[in-house]
Amino acid sequence: MLKVSLYRYNPETDQEPYMQEVELDTAGKDLMVLDVLELLKGSDPSLAYRRSCREGVCGSDGMNINGKNGLACITPISEALKNGKGGNKLVLRPLPGLPVIRDLVIDMSLFYKQYEKIKPFLLNDTPAPAIERLQSPEEREKLDGLYECILCACCSTACPSFWWNPDRFIGPSGLLQAYRFLADSRDTATEERLSDLDDPFSVFRCHGIQNCVNVCPKGLNPTKAIGHIRNMLLSRAT
Amino acid sequence: MANIRTISFDGVIVGGGGAGMRAALQLAQSGYKTAVISKVFPTRSHTVSAQGGITCAIASSDPQDQWQWHMYDTVKGSDYIGDQEAIEYMCQVGPEAVYELDHMGMPFSRTEEGRIYQRPFGGQSKNFGEGGQAARTCAAADRTGHALLHTLYQGNLKNNTVFFNEWYATDLVKNDDGEVVGVIAICIETGEVVYVKSKATVFATGGAGRIYASTTNAHINTGDGVGMALRAGFPVQDIEMWQFHPTGIAGAGVLVTEGCRGEGGYLVNKDGERFMERYAPNAKDLAGRDVVARSMTLEILEGRGCGPNGDHVYLKLDHLGEEVLESRLPGICELSRTFAHADPVKEPVPVVPTCHYMMGGIPTNVNGQALTVDADGNDTVIPGLYACGEVACVSVHGANRLGGNSLLDLVVFGRASGLFIEKSLREGIEMKDASEANIEVAMERLNKINNTTGGESVSALRTELQTIMQNHFGVFRRGDFMQEGIKKLAELRVRIENAHLEDKSNAYNTARIEALELHNLFEVAEATAIAAEARNESRGAHAREDFTERDDDNWLCHSVYFPSEKRVGKRAVNFTPKTREAFAPKIRTY
Repeated sequence: MLKVSLYRYNPETDQEPYMQEVELDTAGKDLMVLDVLELLKGSDPSLAYRRSCREGVCGSDGMNINGKNGLACITPISEALKNGKGGNKLVLRPLPGLPVIRDLVIDMSLFYKQYEKIKPFLLNDTPAPAIERLQSPEEREKLDGLYECILCACCSTACPSFWWNPDRFIGPSGLLQAYRFLADSRDTATEERLSDLDDPFSVFRCHGIQNCVNVCPKGLNPTKAIGHIRNMLLSRAT
Repeated sequence: MANIRTISFDGVIVGGGGAGMRAALQLAQSGYKTAVISKVFPTRSHTVSAQGGITCAIASSDPQDQWQWHMYDTVKGSDYIGDQEAIEYMCQVGPEAVYELDHMGMPFSRTEEGRIYQRPFGGQSKNFGEGGQAARTCAAADRTGHALLHTLYQGNLKNNTVFFNEWYATDLVKNDDGEVVGVIAICIETGEVVYVKSKATVFATGGAGRIYASTTNAHINTGDGVGMALRAGFPVQDIEMWQFHPTGIAGAGVLVTEGCRGEGGYLVNKDGERFMERYAPNAKDLAGRDVVARSMTLEILEGRGCGPNGDHVYLKLDHLGEEVLESRLPGICELSRTFAHADPVKEPVPVVPTCHYMMGGIPTNVNGQALTVDADGNDTVIPGLYACGEVACVSVHGANRLGGNSLLDLVVFGRASGLFIEKSLREGIEMKDASEANIEVAMERLNKINNTTGGESVSALRTELQTIMQNHFGVFRRGDFMQEGIKKLAELRVRIENAHLEDKSNAYNTARIEALELHNLFEVAEATAIAAEARNESRGAHAREDFTERDDDNWLCHSVYFPSEKRVGKRAVNFTPKTREAFAPKIRTY
């Protein structure tokens, strides 16, 4: 039997959140954490969490699994238990730092707002050609490790700077996307993008703790991208 | 009483996947008041899972490539019940739609010339089947759907589309004249129910692969648009046509792209034999998906499957080398390691045909206008209702979709719907009213489920439904088996309609959403079952053991399922493309 500790909170009936202790027969299988949740929901439909693709590409089911942020659908029980916190128990909590709506569902408005702030779309003031805008494989390679972000919020909600200033610090996810457009050879708004970011909070609240790198389920490196932006801002200032 | 809030828009799009967001973008760009209702944050939609690419004759890989060759392949792939006017439109307009994606910032992979990278996919040829394998699928590594969906969301942000994220449309609102005048929608976070009123209602709700137990589809693919249309009394077309993708990871159902075989991977049985050489001597592993899926199933049934239970075959990729795998198929390596515990660099991936795509859906014309058929057999436009993407059956896929054509379909027809609605709005569409009674009718189902006091569990009923579909309406089908399945479904209907919603709370109540989704899954499943039993032939993805041949005399046509009488009718396939002669039906071999 697998012991599971679940964060529960229903704003309509609960005064405050609590941890619910349940057991589940996994038939000895090393299920994904999402499968565990689906089985538990089968017997308690009131359990709330987000899920969609169940293969780690949609970014719906980010949650705190035994103390570490990750995607439930691609985290096997065995790996979750290795996280150390919880012993032989699976401990599931919502991603930290943002308001909880219900159970494992958080309000991601602030996270999305920071994403929108960086103008996450290509800006190019030259007329579009009749075919695609040409881009060499080397130029395109600069987007690798950036465009794959799935907006799951595992990184930003693992970042103390984001916890502290979620309204003013863009956060690792938003900054990774900011650099994705700064690095795109087809984008001509570098100057505008940099001046939008040029204040004490948007970028410079990053202290290089690298929690974002540790938790990113896609293996991306926001800290490195932030470093690039920082260098661009500094060289622009001199 | 239906004293709910009303919100009005020029155009409302139900569904925030590729098709919905492309339609929304078109409308938002032209300044019309546009809203997207999406039950998940848009980038969580199932388009995100598309891997291999978007097929389109942009003549990057082969400067001689022509959209007419792509059209030929698509017509042949459809087993000749794809509408040739629609296929022609898609293949011809395709390049423009793909270039627009690049201009919006989509991070396509590139060739040395700086152009978009194209890879070979199944069913592709040069020179109308005479020139060998083509490479026509435009790719962003093996994450093309992700790249496309994020780009479209970004484009909508730029154009200030109004998003109702995590809102769920429950039913269509029809007025006394039978016109569609919007939808009832529920805010998942708060439970608030509103009437979203609109001059044009576009369904872009995607597929319904969750009617099967084993599927590549996301949890959210519950056929909401088909369910709503059928409940409103509108027909669906070719709904028996379900694509089983050859390469779902055995056990997990997770997709590995056809691009694996495009890049040089191939399938082997337990003897290590490359068996597709026997079934499709020319195209081999890149034959149509229906052909490959059936061949794999036969290998397994005849005892040549792999693994301790002999229930899958292997996809061999290791000979491509680590460099190719990590640069061209990085996502596949990741998925295979996670879900198959197999590293493609070193070992083969266990795969099995898995439900993947709904070729059928709401019949539409090339403008996305939803159609019904009147008593005399004539097409009639359903006023106010549009559909695009997987939920629609325009029909460009006929009885079998070619790989890479779904992304093209959703971009081209999302765009076409948007363009047509934009034009209609400019010419002036009147905002029609719904009466209190009309809204009451649309809310009946929601009210009923909110008042249940007993009944069975939603998740147990869903499992039962999926098992029936898997067992009775899979890769191979037989009349008596299907009749048995239809009986089981009839019995299940009553139980599903009376399923119990125990949790009546308002805040983020996913139990309520899943109960409503189950109704939609059931509607799709029943329509599939009845249409499949009626089509007494084998064509494309529909393979009958009791009618093994294609029957062009009786079935070179669309099936149309009418929900009120549960009757299957026929509708003519379009054989009148605008710019060239039609491709006449031929024996389909690869």
